[in-house]
Amino acid sequence: MNILHFFRIRMLVVLLSSTLALVSPLAHALSTADIAPLAGDDFDAKAAAIDHLIATGDELSLTILKALGDDSVVATAAGQVLLQQGDNVQDPLTGKSFPAPADAQPITLRSKVAGAINVLQLSSSDRATRAAAISALLNSPDPSLKTRIDAARSKETDPLLKKRLDTLWAMTALRDPDPNTRLEAVKLVAARGELEMRELLRPLVAKKPDGSYNESDPAVRAVAQQGLSRLDSIQTRNELIGNIFAGLSLGSVLLLAALGLAITYGLIGVINMAHGEFLMVGAYATYVVQNWVQKMAPGWFDWYPLLAVPVAFVVAALAGILLERLVLRHLYGRPLETLLTTFGVSLLMMQATRTIFGAQNVQVSNPSWMSGGVTVMQNLTLPYNRITILAFSMFVVAIAWVVLNKTRLGLFVRAVTQNRRMAACVGIKTGQIDSYAFAFGAGIAGLGGCALSQIGNVGPDLGQSYIIDSFMAVVLGGVGQLAGTVIGSFGLGLISKGIEPFWGAVLAKIAVLVLIVLFIQKRPQGIFALKGRSAEV
Amino acid sequence: MTGTNPKAHLAETPVEKPSAELAAETDLQIGGSGGDAGGTLLDVDSANMPGSPTEGMVSTPEARTAGFALGLPARPALLSGRAWLALLVLCVVVGIGVPVCALVLPDTNPLHLSAYAMTLVGKLMCYALAALALDLVWGYCGVLSLGHGLFFALGGYAMGMYLMREIGHEGKYQSDLPDFMVFLDWHSLPWYWRGTEHLAYALLLVVLAPAVVAWVFGFFTFRSRVKGVYLSIITQAMTFAAMLLFFRNETGFGGNNGFTDFKRIAGFPITHPGTRTVLFLLTFAVLVVSFLGARAIVTSKLGRVVTAIRDGETRLMFLGFSPLSYKLFIWTLSAVLCGIAGALYVPQVGIINPGEMAPVNSIEMAIWVAVGGRGTLIGPIIGAIAVNGAKSFLTANFAEYWLFFLGAIFLLVPLLMPQGIVGLIATVFSRKEKRE
Repeated sequence: MNILHFFRIRMLVVLLSSTLALVSPLAHALSTADIAPLAGDDFDAKAAAIDHLIATGDELSLTILKALGDDSVVATAAGQVLLQQGDNVQDPLTGKSFPAPADAQPITLRSKVAGAINVLQLSSSDRATRAAAISALLNSPDPSLKTRIDAARSKETDPLLKKRLDTLWAMTALRDPDPNTRLEAVKLVAARGELEMRELLRPLVAKKPDGSYNESDPAVRAVAQQGLSRLDSIQTRNELIGNIFAGLSLGSVLLLAALGLAITYGLIGVINMAHGEFLMVGAYATYVVQNWVQKMAPGWFDWYPLLAVPVAFVVAALAGILLERLVLRHLYGRPLETLLTTFGVSLLMMQATRTIFGAQNVQVSNPSWMSGGVTVMQNLTLPYNRITILAFSMFVVAIAWVVLNKTRLGLFVRAVTQNRRMAACVGIKTGQIDSYAFAFGAGIAGLGGCALSQIGNVGPDLGQSYIIDSFMAVVLGGVGQLAGTVIGSFGLGLISKGIEPFWGAVLAKIAVLVLIVLFIQKRPQGIFALKGRSAEV
Repeated sequence: MTGTNPKAHLAETPVEKPSAELAAETDLQIGGSGGDAGGTLLDVDSANMPGSPTEGMVSTPEARTAGFALGLPARPALLSGRAWLALLVLCVVVGIGVPVCALVLPDTNPLHLSAYAMTLVGKLMCYALAALALDLVWGYCGVLSLGHGLFFALGGYAMGMYLMREIGHEGKYQSDLPDFMVFLDWHSLPWYWRGTEHLAYALLLVVLAPAVVAWVFGFFTFRSRVKGVYLSIITQAMTFAAMLLFFRNETGFGGNNGFTDFKRIAGFPITHPGTRTVLFLLTFAVLVVSFLGARAIVTSKLGRVVTAIRDGETRLMFLGFSPLSYKLFIWTLSAVLCGIAGALYVPQVGIINPGEMAPVNSIEMAIWVAVGGRGTLIGPIIGAIAVNGAKSFLTANFAEYWLFFLGAIFLLVPLLMPQGIVGLIATVFSRKEKRE
């Protein structure tokens, strides 16, 4: 922003030089007294000096103006104004160069100069130039420019620009001695509905140290107060919407992590501490696919996620099947030891990743259609990648729902979840179902990892930060129920993000934990309890 | 609760039993509502006293003399004769050997105990004490806590507060306040630091802080009958949340850096070999006493009920016991032991920071117990020393393989030696006996 501003000023100064050169015959030479105020502290005097420079408009004043625009003017403590030239300084009036005095301080008047240039452009005959000048001035309204804006306002013919000039005028007229002008100005300012306007209105309703109001007229005060509260409510609404979106976004991430966990936990009653590492596997699979696509088919880079999603699923699912077949199968009926074992597996997987890919985070870039965001309201931009993940998580839930409720495998999984022995009695190969379901859960985690790679860092520790939270989501929602996990995840996300603005992230986490512990006092089985006799044992 | 189970249990019990259980249950609930495990114990006794409906039950004469009127086997001895002897020898060797080796022998003597060795072994003993505490809840009560690191750290922080106050004006800023508070521009001690300059109060905090946290947490989770892996994860979340809290500077416990740079304890310079020796012996003594105390508890009637909770909590409840107060007692006791371990750890190691509360630390504690053999009390002590000894060795020599090694222990111990080292030794011995 600042840099842009800076270049614009330079450009305008150059433009100005050509215009001013033509109208300079009236100008008279500059004296020390004309530029001395630039070194002073009085802002109005500085402004007057610049106005004078603009009015003079000869070569020398233009040089000084340009230098001011470049921030290369320095002032000594004695009040001498000098132009910086590398290590040396030049006296603009005498043209003498000498080494910079130790007490030389730069004069930063860039915005002032910019304002001056913009004001000059208000009387340009080109509509686009005028519009640009008005926009620039609206961004940093300067009351000292009021008279010129007044003049421009009376001359403006374009209705759209006139309206904006009115606002601009209002912003500069807030301190006008005439209460009626002030009243009109305050009304105009408040009507803009822009949140930045609060900074202009706030001083009007504030009190001076001696207890009297800054603004003497009660009518103006009332209008200002009204405008302030309206803007405040807009701000609150925007923040609320922003928070809800952040909560939903966190919820969708938790959901992707928790969905697989809920399936495996419901089925074999084991919390897979390595579940977070399946997320990591999915994220690294995405990374590998990304690199591969970049190398083999750079033109298709934007669509690498389409390939990464199935790859992440398959790789994580294979890892899941391996874990189930080689380890967990031998520990059935010993849930606590299984917990420890899966933790060991998670350590091994993390360390193996460090050995293969290095301990540093790897770079997974968004495809171009996922970067950027949509600006819904002032101060509120929703990033595309988060929106995509929200949609993706819904897609994954839909798949999980179809698999669990519409397929034979899903029927078996639900049967085993509800009553393992009875399911075995009616001929379901429970061992096989365990493997498949575990692979499915791990695969979903892989999908989650693929999604996470688009919004966060991909490193060996990726999974660690999600395992506790996603388990909390499972606890909150209830085990073995898809709807429970969805509600639990989004609920947890919304609660966390709802508390965060007030207490900060750390206390929010603690508060959420306390809430969950209190919640399971009331409903130990979560929001959606699994019905059935075996549910509690 | 399922509808079928109670009936099944009732059908098995003799006719006169239900009334007894009813009596016991009402008593238990009165005791249980106060959460006072001691009181509940008495209630159990009263149910077994002459005149109570259980009197008519069959019981062997030796069981009666042993105080168990329920026909159960007699209470086992605290330790076998050989074990007593071994313990006595160990105490004598440590009690005499360590001071001699550390203080009397010159540096050049190969038997001289260096400060490093003393700190290392002292640290291992603290870990062993923590593992012993965890074994009480996991091995005997079936509650796998993945949050004992929190209690360890709480004890450590309570001790650390005292040690910070003992620095006095010798800190970097020469202020009355601990350095980190000066750094944060605080002008007075927060209320919870008040009184920590007294060692006795700090020792009280060492016991109280973990006890209160454990009791409150346990009360709410056990009451709603959260158990198994559910409970494990919640304990882990608890220590994780506490870690986040202690990482904040505003919490008033030194934030990231925690407490360090201690100067003296009870007036003695903390790095002096004499002080180190005393701390070492103190840790050893606490470990021995805790071991004996834990052994006394698990062989008592209370211990039997606790073990029954592990093996069949639902069944125990149908028998008329309320598991809440038993669990709470063991859980809180275990937390206190863990806190004491932390308090002994801090002056020897010289630092305490929120990293001690990291969930990984707590999970590692569980693996010490698993490696040694849970439910054996001596196993966890062996396990803690073995695993941490291996850790010290590996991190010093093959740093990058330590996590592989740790992961492998986690993976292989439950698979291949579910009873741990102690179980392995026992199997080997029993095979030998069979052959003979």
